[in-house]
Amino acid sequence: MIPQIIKTFLDSDIGYSFKKSKVAIVSSIIFVTIVLTSLLAVVIAPYNPFDPKSVSLMDAFTPPIWSIGGSVDFLLGTDQQGRDMLSTMIYGSQISLIVGFASIIFAMVLGVFLGVTAGYLGGRYEIVVMRFTDVQLTIPSILMALLVDGIARGFISKSLHNDMAIYVLILAIGISEWPQFARITRAATLVEKNKEYVLASRIIGLSDIVIMIKHILPNILRPILVIATIGLSQAIITESTLSFLGVGFPPTNPSLGTLIRFGNNFLFSGEWWITFFPAIFLVVLALSINLLGDWMRDALNPKLKVR
Amino acid sequence: MFNYFLKRLLQSILVMLIVGFVSFSLFNFVGDPVNNMVGQEASEETREEIREKLGLNDPVYTQFFKFVVNASNGEFGLSYELRRPVSLLISERLPATLELVLVSALIAIFFGVLFGVYTAINRDGFVSNFILITSLFGVSLPTFVIGILFIYLFSVILGILPSFGRGEVVNFGFWSTGFLTISGIKALILPSITLSLFQMTYIIRLVRAEMIEILQTDYIKFARARGINNKVINNRHALKNGLIPVITITGINIGTLIAFSIITETVFQWPGMGLLFINAVQFVDVPIMSAYLIMVAFLFVMINFIVDIAYYFIDPRIRLKEEEAIK
Repeated sequence: MIPQIIKTFLDSDIGYSFKKSKVAIVSSIIFVTIVLTSLLAVVIAPYNPFDPKSVSLMDAFTPPIWSIGGSVDFLLGTDQQGRDMLSTMIYGSQISLIVGFASIIFAMVLGVFLGVTAGYLGGRYEIVVMRFTDVQLTIPSILMALLVDGIARGFISKSLHNDMAIYVLILAIGISEWPQFARITRAATLVEKNKEYVLASRIIGLSDIVIMIKHILPNILRPILVIATIGLSQAIITESTLSFLGVGFPPTNPSLGTLIRFGNNFLFSGEWWITFFPAIFLVVLALSINLLGDWMRDALNPKLKVR
Repeated sequence: MFNYFLKRLLQSILVMLIVGFVSFSLFNFVGDPVNNMVGQEASEETREEIREKLGLNDPVYTQFFKFVVNASNGEFGLSYELRRPVSLLISERLPATLELVLVSALIAIFFGVLFGVYTAINRDGFVSNFILITSLFGVSLPTFVIGILFIYLFSVILGILPSFGRGEVVNFGFWSTGFLTISGIKALILPSITLSLFQMTYIIRLVRAEMIEILQTDYIKFARARGINNKVINNRHALKNGLIPVITITGINIGTLIAFSIITETVFQWPGMGLLFINAVQFVDVPIMSAYLIMVAFLFVMINFIVDIAYYFIDPRIRLKEEEAIK
């Protein structure tokens, strides 16, 4: 099943441009590796950093294996609580990726719904939706996410903050990202809606809902996919930024941003690895997604293909 | 011309009213303001008394009207956490943020335009490719990671620049400036560069695309045919038109810089509005949150207004369009 899908992909025109692009191949390998590692965290990570039995304060601040004082047990050293850096990072990337994917899917569903209906139905509804989109596009997404986060915190009692963090963040980041989707899908829908196949399906009496979902949506998937890819790296960066600022994930359930936040406190005392490894991990993750997105934008752009 | 100004002004006021309504609802519906002021032990009567005094029993539109009047006078009540007037807290912090944003904007625009023009003129040079690849990395580097890297490099390893605070400041009435002392300027270097990098990469790409397009237009070709030397063509004829989008971007740019200054201020413990806001979000200090929202929106709207007006004078095409619309 899966080899079959990969084979079809590689034989297609997009697959051809994928095979031609070294950057795309390398960055997708890195990205898939990170995703698989974080999915299989329980198996791959050398320790379970959340299991108090495996953590000992005696091991705190062990430097990475190649430095003086490093230990074979901890490849990338340990943090202030004696947790293995490599393991906390793998678990942290799991959280970052879950929030990234979930919030971008949330933003995509909301944005695509509003964009397609606005483009297809038009009228006053379209004006209202697009005005909202324009206004929100002028607000930097980090500020929007911070605001939603702050408001949500106001509604949730303090004792529940830590448990609800993941939902609050998905909501906050999702809300800050949807206008991108709405703008691009509306533009694409406006083009599609006057094409003959849509007119034909109208003539045979299909309902608006069926036309939108079954006929227009599959034809505007390409730009949505590009926005979603670049949006994913944006979402991951936003999540880690919020966590770094102290309004994201709590230290008991750290994402990459939380790890960097706490490691930052030890930068001056010389324990650079506590903040550097998560930071490098985050940058590699974001960079691989951005490079994939860049390639995808070129590969899926029909204008560039002609040349 | 008058119509154009009036239209822009009305738009700005409308946006401010909407933002005002949002922060008003934030204030009224997020948590119970009375609860936040008196604590758990207060009796029902004192609560009712405060409720009456705050005007929370009035109809919502009266409350909103009062809120707008107070807000335009700079009154946002007391901070829940710090127990001091929010207007005072903000006016203490405002100079720090504005100085940081100003310097970052200048850095971003200066180097952004410089590199953008350079990479557009020397399209396949080694330096151009280097700048472009670096700018691609710049997009993937979160602001706080850049800040941490700088601190590690310049403060921890080299030890030449301070990693936190504003250094010594000089007070002029309500304004405190770090521009006049050596330690103030030193403290400004790392945060302002950190803040400017992301915007810089953006401006580089924009100016480059614009310049490449302009260099292929007929009037440039004609100028070449006349035998004018390349330097004059690039700097005088092409650059002028290439800078028009930069003006718009500068407007949005400064707005984004204010938002991103939250992150930079946290990394460098810069005592500005962003740091105040982040602490307010952590403690759900609603008066500060809503005041910050209004302040930032006001700065956004004002900058956009100025940019629109500047556009009108710089780009004759807009003037023509407006005049046609009136006819």
